[in-house]
Amino acid sequence: MSYRNDPYDPKQVSLLDQTALDDAVARAQKAFAAASDVDALVASRHQHLGDRSPVSLARREIGALPPQAKSDAGKRVNDARATIQGSYDARLLQLEQDRASRVLAEEAVDVTLPGERHPRGARHPLTTLMERIADLFVGMGYEVAEGPELELEWANFDALNIPPDHPARGLMDTFWVATPGTAAGDQVGTGSGLVLRTHTSPVQARTMLEREPPIYVIVPGRVYRTDELDATHSPVFHQVEGLVVDKGITMAHLRGTLDHFARAMFGPRARTRWRPHYFPFTEPSAEFDVWFEAHRDGPRWVEWGGCGVVDPNVLRACGIDPDVYTGFAFGMGIDRTLMFRNGLSDMREFIEGDVRFTRAFGMEVQ
Amino acid sequence: MRVAVSWLREHVALPPELTAQRLDDALTNLGIEVESIVDQGASVQGTLAVGRVLTIEELTGFRKPIRFCTVDVGKANGTGKPQEIVCGATNFVEGDLVAVILPGGVLPGGFTIGARKTYGHNSNGMICSARELGVSDDHAGIMVLDPLSGATPGQDARPYVGLGEMVLEVEITPDRGYQMSVRGLARELAYAFGVPFTDPGTATAPKGSTRGKPAWPVTVVDQVGCDRFAARLVTGLDPHAPSPQWMQRRLLAAGVRTLGLAIDVTNYVMLELGQPMHAFDANRISGALVVRRAAQGERLTTLDGVARVLSAEDMVICDDTGPISLAAVMGGQISEVVPGTTTDVLLEAAHWDPTMVSRTARRHNLFSEAAKRWERGVDRELALVAIDRAVQILVEHGGGTAGRQILDLNYPPQTATITMNSEEASRLVGMPYPTSRVAELLVEVGCEVTAQGSILTVTPPSWRPDLVRPADLVEEVVRLDGYDKVPSTLPVAPPGAGLTATQRRRRTVGRALAELGYVEVLPTPFISTDALRRLGLPTAALRLANPLSEEEPLMRTSLLPGLLATLRRNLGRGNRDVALFELGLVFLPTTDGPPPVLDVARRPTDEEWERAKAAVPSQPTHVATVAAGELAHSGWWGAGRQVDWADTIQVARDVLASAGVRPSSVRVSAAGPMPWHPGRCAAVLTDGAVIGHAGELHPAVCADLEVPKRTCALELDLSAVPFPGPTPAPALSTFPAALIDVALVVASQVPAAEVEQSLVDGAGSLLESVRLFDVYTGSQVGAGKKSLAYKLTFRAADRTLTAEEAVAARDSAVAVAAQRFQATLRGA
Repeated sequence: MSYRNDPYDPKQVSLLDQTALDDAVARAQKAFAAASDVDALVASRHQHLGDRSPVSLARREIGALPPQAKSDAGKRVNDARATIQGSYDARLLQLEQDRASRVLAEEAVDVTLPGERHPRGARHPLTTLMERIADLFVGMGYEVAEGPELELEWANFDALNIPPDHPARGLMDTFWVATPGTAAGDQVGTGSGLVLRTHTSPVQARTMLEREPPIYVIVPGRVYRTDELDATHSPVFHQVEGLVVDKGITMAHLRGTLDHFARAMFGPRARTRWRPHYFPFTEPSAEFDVWFEAHRDGPRWVEWGGCGVVDPNVLRACGIDPDVYTGFAFGMGIDRTLMFRNGLSDMREFIEGDVRFTRAFGMEVQ
Repeated sequence: MRVAVSWLREHVALPPELTAQRLDDALTNLGIEVESIVDQGASVQGTLAVGRVLTIEELTGFRKPIRFCTVDVGKANGTGKPQEIVCGATNFVEGDLVAVILPGGVLPGGFTIGARKTYGHNSNGMICSARELGVSDDHAGIMVLDPLSGATPGQDARPYVGLGEMVLEVEITPDRGYQMSVRGLARELAYAFGVPFTDPGTATAPKGSTRGKPAWPVTVVDQVGCDRFAARLVTGLDPHAPSPQWMQRRLLAAGVRTLGLAIDVTNYVMLELGQPMHAFDANRISGALVVRRAAQGERLTTLDGVARVLSAEDMVICDDTGPISLAAVMGGQISEVVPGTTTDVLLEAAHWDPTMVSRTARRHNLFSEAAKRWERGVDRELALVAIDRAVQILVEHGGGTAGRQILDLNYPPQTATITMNSEEASRLVGMPYPTSRVAELLVEVGCEVTAQGSILTVTPPSWRPDLVRPADLVEEVVRLDGYDKVPSTLPVAPPGAGLTATQRRRRTVGRALAELGYVEVLPTPFISTDALRRLGLPTAALRLANPLSEEEPLMRTSLLPGLLATLRRNLGRGNRDVALFELGLVFLPTTDGPPPVLDVARRPTDEEWERAKAAVPSQPTHVATVAAGELAHSGWWGAGRQVDWADTIQVARDVLASAGVRPSSVRVSAAGPMPWHPGRCAAVLTDGAVIGHAGELHPAVCADLEVPKRTCALELDLSAVPFPGPTPAPALSTFPAALIDVALVVASQVPAAEVEQSLVDGAGSLLESVRLFDVYTGSQVGAGKKSLAYKLTFRAADRTLTAEEAVAARDSAVAVAAQRFQATLRGA
């Protein structure tokens, strides 16, 4: 409803009186302050800012004033209204904030309540350690080569300069695959020409047969020996092997590679120490130790692996001219590396599969 | 090989103050693995002196006999005055020589000796028993030394009580047979310490007789297996003559039993020179000796009492009665020397083919000390030196008479030389080696070297049959020069291609399973036939000829036996809510026949190599899971949930998704092969091919294996999962979607997946997605029926759909479902 055409009522002119306006402002502010929550405040709004509020009624009287008084009266009414509106807004903001704070406080929970709603999964530390080593070498330009675990006797032994009667075969206690079709306990079975690979080295032969030099490969994998499972032996364990065949490759390159590897695995102060050794597939050959500062029993040299210059017989068996190319190879046990690096003492834990063991290593071995 | 260091000192001038640590370092740097160095003397610390008991005063009034003694310990106590010691033993008299440990000394077990007042007297040290010194268990009294031993008061008592030796035990690599002797180790130590070496192997020895009756009539029939056979008789031995003390001590330190002079001497010479020998009782040989291959099936009882059936590859020494010795490996009982009886001995020192010995030793599983040396290579020039050394000892200590004749049947092979460019050392090692340095080091290992410019002509010494190629010589150069001098240079590899798709896939799948709550395990792949049978799997599998356990001779064809055993172990240890996975190879039996025989002198041809690879049984990578217990835990938030068949099928989908397979190419269908529950198992298909199964295990399997009821499992052949090509870009429409729910009533046996497919087929291209959100069975839909409620999302690529368009699409979707499965709209 509009009051625009209301008949002029002189009684109401008093509303434009400054005292009356000040009084309206004061009453509004008092009422707003008294409102204890947003709802009460909103309810009081009509009385002080609504159509029938004193300032609204006062505004309507302006029209009745002589023209010279209109400007002054209009300004005063507007000021009063703006003050009331400002007080209202400020109070509203404050009450809304109070309400929000109260809601947040009321919604607070005990965040220390246990939250493990699902059993946690994990990856085997041997798997992730092998991946980590592979990644290091992939970063250096190597590729990851692989081969079957059940392997040709030729690739596991003969091609690696280990002929059938070589004493080195006796050092690697080999699982022989029975000739398919022979009965259990038939010892003739060793003639199958198939073994469970005793080392990752047959992948050397496979790689050299199927790739042209330059060859830079890293070979992580599972290997087998006829050792009964105990704290320090396992019939199934893991190795990682590196093979490089290129023009001009030397023992110095081998040392540089192993030193780099050692630093990546065991910290910036790690390095390797070599001892002459014998491997049929390398000549010269060495075993090497790594200086490991963070060993649980204090800084020390730890036996780490074997290495050497690829034997010319191996290169020849794989169709690479030893007069043109040279190469190096190295290998080490992953299980052993994990054991001394992370202070483990029982190999059975790798095999037994107790979830508490694997979970301790999470998604990636640290 | 175990040996007393004092024996080595006889041939190499080792530093007198050599410690175990320095010896260990020196051997290690030469590539000789040190198993142990036991410095027997170091087990007793401080002064352990020879003392002579001067006076004994029996103290009385104590509950046991106590003696107050004065003992002359010479200058060992620094004063030369008699040492006053209280002692509780009574087995000695004045004048006896004893071992006295002075105050400050420490006995084995950390027992420190002090000066103290006891039984009213000062006791300054202790007179020791054998047990206190740790040399034997004898504690009957103190150790009284042999008056004839030459011990005098004040001397270090260790050598007289059996603590004088440093005993070395080393492991010899298969290429260095020469190191399995005092001779070889002494030679190596001479390099290490730069000290003089006297080679007992090149001592002058009388040559073989060329005239007169031979020492024994011998014919070598097979000169490949035996290219030298030397022998000499020693007669008139005292059959009871013991081996001299020094020889017994050395043999004992080497871990060799003493068995009388004639046998001991052969062992002694083998240890000293590296030449295995044999002593026959000459009176037990019947007639002439023949050295030949055995006839297949011939029999011989060896010294260890084992009756052996021989192979045609074995070499034997025969007399008129047949084989009397398994050549190079072990003698026979018939002709063995009998201590206390044998007076005439025929000593034999031969040279046998290493390959023959290796095979024979392996065939008969008889790795005797002789065989270990033969297969590693023995110096073929040692035979006469060894014979002479043995004969001298037998004559000197056994009162024997050496036969006049020395038999030496010698069929020497051509001496081989190695031609090498000295730059080969630099080429392989990566640091400069002048020609002169290469030659010098090779001479040091015993080679004869002539140089023409950088070209060296090298004749390796007779004891180094392992040196045949330039690479072998380079190893000697770098070994003697020092491995620690090799510099460290990182080679630069050409750019690589990173991980292969297969390698990346294995990693992603492993991570996905771990994130789904599964724990990776790596059980062994050895299983029993029974394990397969109990799971209802085919029992055809590859078998190991020499399994660790006869119970588990098979190679797994499935990952489930290992996973289920691991599950059971976990539950047995009190781990609950166990979800396991494995990514690994299985081994499938193939019947392709044996691989072709491949050469090593040349590369196999491509065809040979392909055939060889084809003979290797197929070994696909499988991924498998087992789970029992809660998938979601119960807790303060509410109830948990047991893992079920549907979770497991979802894991299969998750695995395939992580493997990069697009969901649209994955399908599951009802299947129920063992070991799964016939009604709660899905075959999992990619591009229409079954790659594995997932679901709940058969209740009978759970009961039999003692795993929880409703244990779930999945196994997929990851190798069979195809790699999708590059992913096509998705077309994303930003126009609003129209969502319509439909509830279809179908017969309860109709597979939901097929109903869903019918909706997809019927809805046409406007259908963006379809999701089953409820399944209802019950009175409202009637018996034998179920209601499937789907949420259909329609969206067009180029416009906002009208309600009419969306409804029309829904109607055509429902129409196809109705046509295929007589589906009706619920409530319609």
